[in-house]
Amino acid sequence: MGEKKKKIIKTIKIDVDKCNGCRACEVACSAFHATPKYSSNNPARSRIRLIRDPLRDVYLPVYAGEHAKAECMGRGKYVIDGKEYSECDFCRASCPSRDIFKEPDSGLPLKCDMCEDDPPQEKPMCVQVCLAEALTYEEREEEVEEEVKLEDVEIGLESMIDKYGLQKVMDTVSRMAGSKKS
Amino acid sequence: MRYAETGFNLEIDLTRGSIERVATDPMLTELHLGGLGTSAKILWDRVPPETDPFSADNLLIFSTGLLCGTPATGANRTIVTAYSPQTLLMGYSMMGGFWGPELKYAGYDKVVIRGKSPDLVYLWINNDRVEIRDASHLKGKGAVETAKVLQKELNDPNVQVASIGLAGENRVYMASIEHGRSSASRLGLGAVMGDKGLKAIAVRGTKDVNIARPAEFMKLCNEVLQYIKIREQKPVPGVMPILAGLGSPQEMKLVDEEWHTQNFMWGNARERKRNFWNAEIESKWRETQENVRTRLISCYNCPMKCGATISVPGISTYMMKCFSKLTYTMAAFSDLDFGFRIAQRATEYGVDGFSTPQVMAFAVELKEAGVLSDEDFAGCPSDNEGKFYWLLDRIVRREGIGDVLANGTHWAAQQIGKGAEAFAHNNIKKHEQLPLKLGMLNPVYYLMYCTGEKINITQIEGQFPQAPFPTMEEREDFVKDWIQVPDERFKQYLLDWEFRGERSNPYYPTVDMSVDIVDWQEMMHYIDDALGMCAGLSSFPLKPPYHIHNYPVLISAATGMDMDEAALKQIYRRNRTLLRAVNVRRGLRRTDEKPPENHWKKRFPELEERLLDAYYKFKGWNKEGIPTKETLHELTLDYIAEDFLRRGILTDNEDTPSTETSLETEKK
Repeated sequence: MGEKKKKIIKTIKIDVDKCNGCRACEVACSAFHATPKYSSNNPARSRIRLIRDPLRDVYLPVYAGEHAKAECMGRGKYVIDGKEYSECDFCRASCPSRDIFKEPDSGLPLKCDMCEDDPPQEKPMCVQVCLAEALTYEEREEEVEEEVKLEDVEIGLESMIDKYGLQKVMDTVSRMAGSKKS
Repeated sequence: MRYAETGFNLEIDLTRGSIERVATDPMLTELHLGGLGTSAKILWDRVPPETDPFSADNLLIFSTGLLCGTPATGANRTIVTAYSPQTLLMGYSMMGGFWGPELKYAGYDKVVIRGKSPDLVYLWINNDRVEIRDASHLKGKGAVETAKVLQKELNDPNVQVASIGLAGENRVYMASIEHGRSSASRLGLGAVMGDKGLKAIAVRGTKDVNIARPAEFMKLCNEVLQYIKIREQKPVPGVMPILAGLGSPQEMKLVDEEWHTQNFMWGNARERKRNFWNAEIESKWRETQENVRTRLISCYNCPMKCGATISVPGISTYMMKCFSKLTYTMAAFSDLDFGFRIAQRATEYGVDGFSTPQVMAFAVELKEAGVLSDEDFAGCPSDNEGKFYWLLDRIVRREGIGDVLANGTHWAAQQIGKGAEAFAHNNIKKHEQLPLKLGMLNPVYYLMYCTGEKINITQIEGQFPQAPFPTMEEREDFVKDWIQVPDERFKQYLLDWEFRGERSNPYYPTVDMSVDIVDWQEMMHYIDDALGMCAGLSSFPLKPPYHIHNYPVLISAATGMDMDEAALKQIYRRNRTLLRAVNVRRGLRRTDEKPPENHWKKRFPELEERLLDAYYKFKGWNKEGIPTKETLHELTLDYIAEDFLRRGILTDNEDTPSTETSLETEKK
């Protein structure tokens, strides 16, 4: 086990009831991340996307997170306050199942970086332009355990074990070991 | 590289089924900016004045504005133009929402549509892939429903759709083009779309819009946003609540309708109910509104919440904005619940919420007066609300009397005869106006009503208070931070303006001041309509974030063009004069420039003549309202002067040869 360590968690609080669906967050994000900065605007490049269906009153700002190589095996559905959401609506991954959070030309995945800048921005751009205050910024301190660094092979094996179980992985490794030797 | 604009138009010929992507001339941006300005130029160049609005040669142009798709807050308007079937003049109508920016991201500034498709089609614009697709499965479908079907069919919730309903398909003169919470409603452009066999345009784009001087532009945009924040916390005191803040009048947010219900006319713009509003009605209407209003909503990249999602139990959800909340209610002498219910059906049918209720109230009045017969109303329910639903259904299907009413009050009255003309009393240039009847002539409003090419007061007025402030303290307080004025003299106009006495309506503001004020108001609207900026953040409200002092730098930073106030004013004058020229060539003359006769009780014919004279002179037009050769030359519009001379509209000595041509001539 590692040591306890203090860490600042940058948090954007999303109040969907306050969202008016203007997509200013997408505009500000894509402009900020253009090269040179602000030189172009294109919501398709934004790292925040508004999942929006006005007639069903669905307004859900979602941030780009980690890239997922494979899509999920199934799709869950949530019903919240009588409104149906796909579980993808809440998902932050760029993945093969959908177009969002990918560069439109190259298809490379996008990820929210909380507008890292030099000098640092006071708040991420999406929060700065959200006059409806559907997006607000908070920083909170958390004590986290420093992770034990895993070797590459260990990381790989861990995930195989997660997926197939320890016994199957052990059997496979020994079978492969046997066939390689002979 | 082109900045702010894409530099390409889509040219669609529905007769031949052809699609072309055409590069535009950057010089036209320098001369006209974009939006309304460049669309008017296309109309002038390519559609001869004798073209019938329902001809394959009439062009229907969907245009973005120059700043649409940039980070400039509120630049989201789509400007739709064509010759109007109702006024026969150039019709231009605008809608907010998300469609215009999406078209920019698809890589186009405009979609120019000519010809007619034999079968109902829709247009699918997906970046470089553009298709004319069969729409037979959408025939007769509602405008909102159509958008829903297309988003599903195209499998993308981010597809933006502009569509017509049954009214447009049946070429109803009040037909609108609907898009989400917005619509291009006025002047029958939905009918032109239907005439072309075009049910909808669906757009999806994922390309960049570029900015010439990014850091400078972003700084200016942020200043605008910060101003909005501060301005929203400081409503202007002493004016009615809907005019105190920014945005469209906040009809969806506010419940207090004392002002509209007691000052606007009910029925066929007839009856004023001075003591209508009371606590009981307020509480009932509040309940109605709060029960059906799901959420206040915005257009693209704008913090204002001018629209709302409306879900009336039992009928499908739609979106609404502004005054259509009350137009049906007041036309039918009914209540707000009826207003929200019938507006849902009207939105699906795709009709103008200003004209349509008036046409129906006009029909009811004609029936009561015995001009329309029982036979005309055969099958009509006897209850008041039932009548309006019945009429709406007949109009959009052009069934029976509905076929006549579908042409609007002006043309319907001519067809009906028997004195029906007197009942079509609230029109300017054949187009139904807000149901307002007032006492004392206001010289500024007189000019706007007479001369506005939009023929819709809310798209002409703004900036300057509608009435004087009672005390000097209030006036001084108002002008203190009035940075939007083009010149300090406007502050003095307001400081000196009184309710009574020498310096009050109709002789104050004086003729020259009135012309000056109207020029400022028009200037801001023309700039907005070229930039695709919402009037709600610029030309309409008091003390808006955009004005003549920050626009030049914003435009310059976005586009890279050199621009200062003088240059921007010159572009405004050029666009204003170009629109006038398009309409002059269609037959517009001084005799057409008048408000409804009963708009004001107290009229001053001699003063009114002087006002028009001074206005024309200020604009550099002759006494008929026709731009002179010198003016056209100064605005580099010599080709218009040549055309006018060739047609005999102008002669070499500048005077008009005759005033025979006028809008009052028979419809072709």
